[in-house]
Amino acid sequence: MSDVVEKTLTALPGLLSLDSQPGSNKLSSNSKLRNLIRGITELTSKHEEEKLIQRELTSIKEQVSSPNTSMRQMKELMVRAIYCEMLGYEASFSYIHAIKLAQQGTALEKRVGYLAVSLFLNESHELLLLLVNTVLKDLQSTNLIEVCMALTVVGQMFPKDMIPAILPLVEEKLNHPKEIIRRKAVLALYKFYLIAPNQVQHIHNKFRKALCDKDPGVMTASLHIYLQLIEENPEGYKDLTTSFVTILKQVVGGKLPMDFNYHSVPAPWLQIQLLRILCLLGKNDQSTSEIMYEVLDESLRRAEINHNITYAILFECVKCIYTIHPKSELLEKAAKCIGNFVLSPKINLKYLGLKALTYVVQQDPKLALQHQMTIIECLDHPDLIIKRETLELLFRITNAQNVTVIVDKMLEFLRINKDDYTTIDLVGKTMSTVFSVGGDTMQPDIPNSFLKLLSEGFDSVEEDRKLRLFAVDSYVSLLQGEPGKLPQRFLQVISWVLGEYSCLRADLEVDTVLRLLAKLLDMKTTSSETKSWVLMAMTKLCEGGAGVSVARGVSETYSSSLDTVLRQRAQELQHLSQDPELRARVLPRHTGLEPLEVDSSLSFLDGFVSEALAAGAAPYKPPHQRQEELAQAKSLSLEPYGLSLPLSMSSCSITDRQSPTLLSISSGLSGNSNDLSHKGGSSSLRLDGVKRVWGREGYLAQREPAEESAHVEVPSTLRSPSQQGRADGSHSQTPTHTPTPELEKQQLASSLFVGLGSHSSVCLMGKSEPTPQRFRRKARSPASSSGASENISHSLVSPPITVDTLVCNNLLDSHITSEPDVSPLEQTPPLSQGLAAANGSCDEELPDSDVKGSSPSLIGDDALVAADPAPHEEPPKDLLLSSYLPAELSGLSHSEITPLSSDQSLDLSACHVQKEGDLVLVVFIYNSSDSDIQQILLELDSEELEVSCECDGAVGGARGHSVAVCQYSLSVKRPSVHVELVGTVSYQFPVGTPQSGQFSYKLPLSSFIRPLTLSTEEYGTMWLDFSHDTKQNLTLISDDPEPLAASLSVLKNKLQLHVVEIIGMEGIVACRLLQDQPCLMHCRLHAGTLAVWLRSPVPDLPDCLMYFCQRALQEH
Amino acid sequence: MLLTFTDCKIRFLLLFSRQGKLRLQKWFTPMTEREKKKITRDMTTMVLSRQPRSCNFLHWKDLKIIYKRYASLYFCLAIENGENELIALEVIHRYVELLDKYFGNVCELDIIFNFEKAYFILDEFLMGGEIQETSKQMVNRSIEASDMLQEGDNSEWFELELFG
Repeated sequence: MSDVVEKTLTALPGLLSLDSQPGSNKLSSNSKLRNLIRGITELTSKHEEEKLIQRELTSIKEQVSSPNTSMRQMKELMVRAIYCEMLGYEASFSYIHAIKLAQQGTALEKRVGYLAVSLFLNESHELLLLLVNTVLKDLQSTNLIEVCMALTVVGQMFPKDMIPAILPLVEEKLNHPKEIIRRKAVLALYKFYLIAPNQVQHIHNKFRKALCDKDPGVMTASLHIYLQLIEENPEGYKDLTTSFVTILKQVVGGKLPMDFNYHSVPAPWLQIQLLRILCLLGKNDQSTSEIMYEVLDESLRRAEINHNITYAILFECVKCIYTIHPKSELLEKAAKCIGNFVLSPKINLKYLGLKALTYVVQQDPKLALQHQMTIIECLDHPDLIIKRETLELLFRITNAQNVTVIVDKMLEFLRINKDDYTTIDLVGKTMSTVFSVGGDTMQPDIPNSFLKLLSEGFDSVEEDRKLRLFAVDSYVSLLQGEPGKLPQRFLQVISWVLGEYSCLRADLEVDTVLRLLAKLLDMKTTSSETKSWVLMAMTKLCEGGAGVSVARGVSETYSSSLDTVLRQRAQELQHLSQDPELRARVLPRHTGLEPLEVDSSLSFLDGFVSEALAAGAAPYKPPHQRQEELAQAKSLSLEPYGLSLPLSMSSCSITDRQSPTLLSISSGLSGNSNDLSHKGGSSSLRLDGVKRVWGREGYLAQREPAEESAHVEVPSTLRSPSQQGRADGSHSQTPTHTPTPELEKQQLASSLFVGLGSHSSVCLMGKSEPTPQRFRRKARSPASSSGASENISHSLVSPPITVDTLVCNNLLDSHITSEPDVSPLEQTPPLSQGLAAANGSCDEELPDSDVKGSSPSLIGDDALVAADPAPHEEPPKDLLLSSYLPAELSGLSHSEITPLSSDQSLDLSACHVQKEGDLVLVVFIYNSSDSDIQQILLELDSEELEVSCECDGAVGGARGHSVAVCQYSLSVKRPSVHVELVGTVSYQFPVGTPQSGQFSYKLPLSSFIRPLTLSTEEYGTMWLDFSHDTKQNLTLISDDPEPLAASLSVLKNKLQLHVVEIIGMEGIVACRLLQDQPCLMHCRLHAGTLAVWLRSPVPDLPDCLMYFCQRALQEH
Repeated sequence: MLLTFTDCKIRFLLLFSRQGKLRLQKWFTPMTEREKKKITRDMTTMVLSRQPRSCNFLHWKDLKIIYKRYASLYFCLAIENGENELIALEVIHRYVELLDKYFGNVCELDIIFNFEKAYFILDEFLMGGEIQETSKQMVNRSIEASDMLQEGDNSEWFELELFG
């Protein structure tokens, strides 16, 4: 690392003056371009840049049109023109010259010409026609490189109409002896197929030849075409299934040349392509699917390397398995695989896991149940993208029972979301689903808040408009379909939206809308409440013209209706439609957005009321009072029959008393008032599912699978861990302590995932019978395969706490976008360091860029303790130094303070302090000289560690004979038995030259180990999910009557492990590597030794931990 | 079903700096200049405003945006909704590897000053929005062979190197 010359923009002038850049004799030195680029970087304002570029463009223009410009110069001019275009300035005058350069230049100039053409023009540009002849000529060239160039440009863009002109030449290239030419030709034909499929119809058999090409590259290229062809017509290519399967088998088996490996995964892109093809072929086709089961199984099995690309393959594999004709064994493996995604601490994988769940959840809703806690976590994820994906998933599992909670969550999301596209997409798409699924069982506040959202809108007017338009459009098309199937509640929303906003859509005739609405009125299924909504909408809409006649018809029909509300609305409609003046006053247009002031005390009626009272009218009694009186009156009169009085009567009055307001709301609803009053009208979470899934003492549902699997269970002994996961149900008796936020999540979970236990309950329209889950599950489990039922019990014990801690691992997933503060100096460290090395190593951030950039003034006082001059000459000893430990660390155990480096003026020592959730490295800098040091820079770097500085890098100064302290927080990137930090310290006295020194600090991985508290069940579930493991027999502490317990307690004390449970000869232990990388340990007494089995999701962690366990036991 | 050129899997690739300066742009589907500018602006603001520890994926209209930061440079790839995000991430990574192999410890400046080379490498790697060649050696061999043409017309020797 250190020998890499960092090229920074500050060093730019120097670089530019050099003719040869370091290590780049192959790079052309286009000095004018360099000048231009340098000129631009020096500018500060956009205006200046514009001026400079315009000048540049003028000069380019002059030169390109000059007859004296050579092709070589033209090449440079084109590069400059490309640059200007990239900055956003048009250089259209150069397009024609780009074509000329491609035509007339020698090979290298031609290449730039083609490049410029492909960047400047697109398929439809007329100038492209001028390129056809050049392409024709180059395709026939004897120079292979020219042929390649021509094919490359053809594969990117070619005028559709001119394809026939070159098609024969390209076809011919399919037989070319060189594979690169064949490959490019295949891709060019693919392109032709995309833009003009009928032109290449006749060469389909040649595609087959390409598929059988001996060169894997050409074969891979041909798969693009096949994927497309099969997508359009899967039936036509079933005969190729065996070939694709064979190819995939060979690829997976590592039969391709090493050259095609990507991070030691054989030809991943090819694998993915094949999996997609198989997916298309096997869909709804059992016999074809059967051909591929074996290879899919193998793909799942082989994809073991922990790398993104492997996960990409797995994802496609899972998708394929769930798309083709199902095979339970594969489904089970795929489900497990999804579990790995979902539970992964890496956020990208988690995202994909959610995506996969979304894909499969319709077929297998219990999978969502299995991961409910993770889903809940994701719902609260700070990253909106994750949140959105989670919502997408939730919508797939929406049913009548959980719709309220899901919609609540969605509204919550919409409130924080800024992106209008997403908003419109989500609101439009999902509200419709939600309304049609949840429909009538929804609480009234859901549609209300949706309408409120629509009317109050967001911050931007434009966004509101789009959303409203979207709603109007989709609802009109819904009404044009079969509105009879829609729930009443949804119809009411539709009416309101159309009434308010259909005027936004200018091309939509009011007439059309009115007729659609009138159609609703005529339907028998429409409830009278809905009808009144419809009538109100019509009132808003009918305005002169054709509207009046429709309105008249409708109002005549309903003005004699038995329903008073309808009659009222009909009257309103009639009067308002006939009296435009009154209408304008009552319903002014385009003011709907202003909130109306409502006098809820009805004070304007005071006069009327007092008059009426004076005239002898009875005073008003609120409805519940009336009900009560009525009930009392009744109970009095019915007293003789008291014994036989139905209980329902009294219970009814109780309900009424509880929710007086609700009664009036629900009275107009169609037949579901029972349901509503039962829910009590609260807008909080609906918890009716809670009893079934969660109880005060924990997860009740665990008992059910326990009963189910009881016959395979001997609860008293601890089973081997592989069985553990499935057998967990037996431990449900152990109450799990759940903190309050956890409980909230669990409640949320239970309300979200209610009704997911069986297929039948999903997508039930409206009134699904809330059958308790256990009955359903029992009913169906005999039917499902034994594997599936095991899966259920497995799913039900998914441990909330485990998931919780795993989610926290996101924090560790630093290589995704870990972003140290942007340094004020513009730096360009190498884009990738040791790219060839390991996965993801290239996205390591350079901690030093952070350190250098910060200025001393940024240093927080708390992180830097500059002490008074020490009274003696000696550098402070350990004991004294430890007194400089920052106050918040002083109570904690710290390692011995070890000297790092020393020179005539600075002594560096360090120790590490173990905090509960952190490991802090404290560096003591002792200035042993007499003079003060103004600024000291400390830079730390490590291959295995993530170093984050709590004092912004620079240490500031240290006065003579004083100690400055700097803290770093460390976390492990890559486990290794010992992890090492290297650092440099640089400083300067007020007078004198800069000094620097290097040091290193080594610490054992065990200092990063912390106990992980979990229950046996959680342990069991996690155990199966971890892929990295190691086994070893260790020496047992044999001088104790209870050797196992003694050994474990040694491990516990020395390594801070958490002993989960000891049963008989076996014990299970758990720990985590900071921050939250779990590692599980299973110990068993075996022939006088301790058989230890370690498992973790983190590679190398089990091995390292094994080493420490071994040492701990030996040293005892 | 009528197929159009918009069917290609990768829609565009943008490289921009932490300051939002565009370093490379490749559009695999026809776009007007206005659209390009709008998209570039959207991409830079969206990607640069991402919080640390977020995932590398974004939604934009009906596309998925996959981005990754390498030192000071952001690579931003737009793919169709049905595509696999992780593969896209590896496409970016493979491209960086190719650049790295060609330039030798590539940095942003290499790309600024030799953007045409970066385009050449891209054209050998992706073609019309599809992966063309995944073998690192092959891509580099063909680029180098073409590069050497500049030294004179001894292309035959390099053809041997490239195609042999």
